Amino acid sequence: MTEGADDAVVSEDNLLHKKITDAFQVFDTNNNSSVDVKDTGTIMYSLGCFPSQKDIGELKAEVEDNNTGIVFLDKFVPAMTKVLQENKFPPISEDVLLQAFEVLDREQKGYLDSEEMIEYMTKEGDAFTEEEMTEMLSALADNEEKFIYYKDVISELVFEPGM
Amino acid sequence: MGCGTSIATETQGKKVETDEAVVKTTPALTMKAAVLIQRWYRRYMARLEMRRRYTWNIFQSIEYAGEQDQLQLSSFFSFMLDNFTQLSGNGPDLISQLLDPVVDPWLERETCYSLISVPDSYAGPRLSFPLSVSDMTVLLSAFKEQQVPNTSKSAPSHTCACLRLVLFSSTQTLHARYVLQLLYETKKLLKQMPNIIHLSTSYIHEITICGDLHGRLDDLLLIFYKNGLPSADTPYVFNGDFVDRGKKSIEVVIVLFAYLLLYPDYVHLNRGNHEDHIMNLRYGFTKEVMQKYKAHGHEILRLIQDIFSLLPLATVIDGKILIVHGGISDQTDLDFLGSIERHKVKSALRFPRRSLEELDLGQSYRKAKRMRPSGGSRPSSSRNQSKNQKTPTLRKRRHDVRRQDSNGSCSSSSSSSSSTSSICSPRTPSSLSPHPCLSPPSTPYTVNVLQVPFLDSLSSVPHPEPPQHEQEWKQIVDILWSDPKTQEGCSPNTFRGGGCYFGPDTTQRLLLQHGLQLLIRSHECKQEGYELCHGGQVITIFSASNYYEEGSNRGAYIKLGRELVPRFYQYQVSRTTRKLTLNQRVRAAEGSAFRALKEKLFSHRSELMAGFQQHDQNNTGCVSLSEWAQVLESVLRLDLPWRTLRPQLTRLTPDGSVEYQSCFEDMGPGISLPQVTPNLAETLFRYRTDIEIIFNIIDKDHSGLISTEEFRQTWRLFSAHLGVDIDDRAIDDLARSIDFNKDGSIDFTEFLEAFRVVHKLDSKDTHLSGKIDKEKC
Repeated sequence: MTEGADDAVVSEDNLLHKKITDAFQVFDTNNNSSVDVKDTGTIMYSLGCFPSQKDIGELKAEVEDNNTGIVFLDKFVPAMTKVLQENKFPPISEDVLLQAFEVLDREQKGYLDSEEMIEYMTKEGDAFTEEEMTEMLSALADNEEKFIYYKDVISELVFEPGM
Repeated sequence: MGCGTSIATETQGKKVETDEAVVKTTPALTMKAAVLIQRWYRRYMARLEMRRRYTWNIFQSIEYAGEQDQLQLSSFFSFMLDNFTQLSGNGPDLISQLLDPVVDPWLERETCYSLISVPDSYAGPRLSFPLSVSDMTVLLSAFKEQQVPNTSKSAPSHTCACLRLVLFSSTQTLHARYVLQLLYETKKLLKQMPNIIHLSTSYIHEITICGDLHGRLDDLLLIFYKNGLPSADTPYVFNGDFVDRGKKSIEVVIVLFAYLLLYPDYVHLNRGNHEDHIMNLRYGFTKEVMQKYKAHGHEILRLIQDIFSLLPLATVIDGKILIVHGGISDQTDLDFLGSIERHKVKSALRFPRRSLEELDLGQSYRKAKRMRPSGGSRPSSSRNQSKNQKTPTLRKRRHDVRRQDSNGSCSSSSSSSSSTSSICSPRTPSSLSPHPCLSPPSTPYTVNVLQVPFLDSLSSVPHPEPPQHEQEWKQIVDILWSDPKTQEGCSPNTFRGGGCYFGPDTTQRLLLQHGLQLLIRSHECKQEGYELCHGGQVITIFSASNYYEEGSNRGAYIKLGRELVPRFYQYQVSRTTRKLTLNQRVRAAEGSAFRALKEKLFSHRSELMAGFQQHDQNNTGCVSLSEWAQVLESVLRLDLPWRTLRPQLTRLTPDGSVEYQSCFEDMGPGISLPQVTPNLAETLFRYRTDIEIIFNIIDKDHSGLISTEEFRQTWRLFSAHLGVDIDDRAIDDLARSIDFNKDGSIDFTEFLEAFRVVHKLDSKDTHLSGKIDKEKC
């Protein structure tokens, strides 16, 4: 694009707007430029961010329309643009994720068993709800739901479909 | 390596800063590790949800874009009827029979079935009328057995009936004689029923209400299993769309009609928009019947055609709950609906006509139409089309307020250069539809002719005569085809080509008017099997699980007791015994959706390439992401989140621009027919299903062959109608090249194979490939 610096900034913004609107559209089921506030976190993740639960909560408060449970596009775009421009919630690399598992896997077995996992996920950090925990076990544990071989789990977690 | 410190000394970003912490407090590190994993997991779930949603969007967009065609196909049938009769030779052919049904006295008499003999070798159920519970048991068992082709059941038990069942292979179905008898009896029964059935919970217990089944016998059997078989204690209402799309439509219909005969007071069937013989031509029911009943398929279809138009239109419970298949419009008048002769509206897609003489009216208009400048070759006419649409995208709920005013969505124009949209429902005379969004007619024709879109052009259809018939038609179509929307107001459902989008105010008004408190309808697939809207005054109930793809959605049914508070029960049929994880299900559905989407891209290749090249004057092979999205949207007219979908459709160059040709690279035709020009090929890819229907109609004896001459004629008609510039010689060459045996007949299945899009990278998802294709028709 052979434009001046200013134009470049503007079109950069424009691209961000379009990217955000596109992701927003997926959840705009009534096609009236609004989404359920509950989907805010999902949209943030889809745009490449890695916010904590607190971060999501803060953005929700910022963009929700007067406690209606609805988020309108025209409020969401500027807020989200800022987030992306400032790279507020940068990605956590795959390597770091592996290390995290290795930290929990004290005996370096190469896997964690369900009980350990439940203990860590529901008692530590941004604790999982019971529902999330059950989901995780059924999604990531092996068929007998006993062991979580985290190297395989990591491949699944980081998978991105594409050409 | 069991010591924490040895890991911490590795120089990776996070670890370095917590080096000290490792030595001091493992809990802090543990917490950080936990947080990381939780965050990644939540991201993973969010990504899955995102993929699930856009997969859903893709399926719905394509479905609704496809449904647009049904009205178009019907106008082609009119066209064919007008122009084709001289080709068929002697006697009324199937087309005219299908399109202008004349009462066939043969089917009104018992001899239609009683003369058919059932051979001793037939191992299926033998029904005796009037039906009894044991007939139903045998019937259901037989159909269940069918579900498992290679039954590995234990040794057959000793009774004859069981032996029969084991021998009853999956290729058989209920013998035509019993089917015809069943249909004959059903028709007799339905003739006595009113248009609107009134039920009371005072003498029945809980009523179960089911939505669309679409030929999914699995779902019906699952409902019976979970909820109980129909009986005095377990009454049912089935809210339409029993057939099409699924593979067991005839079995579903047999079971439902049998229960209707057995328990006419406890089983109630509402008509759906797919209980319509023209829809059935397009969406698979006709084909299924013809394949399963080679000898008597025609008669079965004829009887079913009558039965469908005799199905009641609505059910009302305790005078408080209205159940219809589609919805309502602001003109819906239940009293009027109760009084009309419902069987006269055989199809929503054929306007009521008194006789074939009406055709003269059509002929002259059609000639005039042909004289207008046609689009010439395919791509430009379509481009005009997309330019015409003020709201270019065909997203399902295209009805928000700001668009309504500017939307010329329900006007029709015969000239492709006009600025108003032309794909819309048949325009009714303004006297009957005073909708604000109807723009004044801008056509050169008088208001006596309806401009009905077909494919990418328009066809003139003779105007239905007396307003009375027109009103009846509209009332019924509104009930069967409408969809609720969130905004207030009522506008024609341009997406579906019939019925309306009705807002909460419309619902409120109708409910108040008739002292009702709830509207239960179906017609739309919902991920959870049901959905509430209009402040809880409207419930959508949908009973075909995995409608788009394995794992795409649940099915549900409603139970309603005396207190009239609906309770929802969900289920999902699982075809695999091994439980799929969410990720696997999402991936499978996603794969299917993208396959279908890419086929759309492939079959619009030349227009897309032309669009891309307009932005790529220097022939770099690349365009910007915005340009790419814009071209796709304007050519395909599918309102989808293209940027989000992009990774699975095309490649990016290192500088972030789109290599637009990459989206076509892993697809190709079934067989290569070198004589076929790209223009012709694309048309065939795009309209393959429609062409298949037409061939099936022409092929009266179901041999799979049509004569070269018939092929030529059909193709000429088709392309004339489309306004495609293909000369006769190209068609002749094509015909000759397909006639491999040189015996003057064409195996059209083989012909069509050439125009099935093949995905070259069909590896891991092979068991799911072609599913969309099959489901389509």
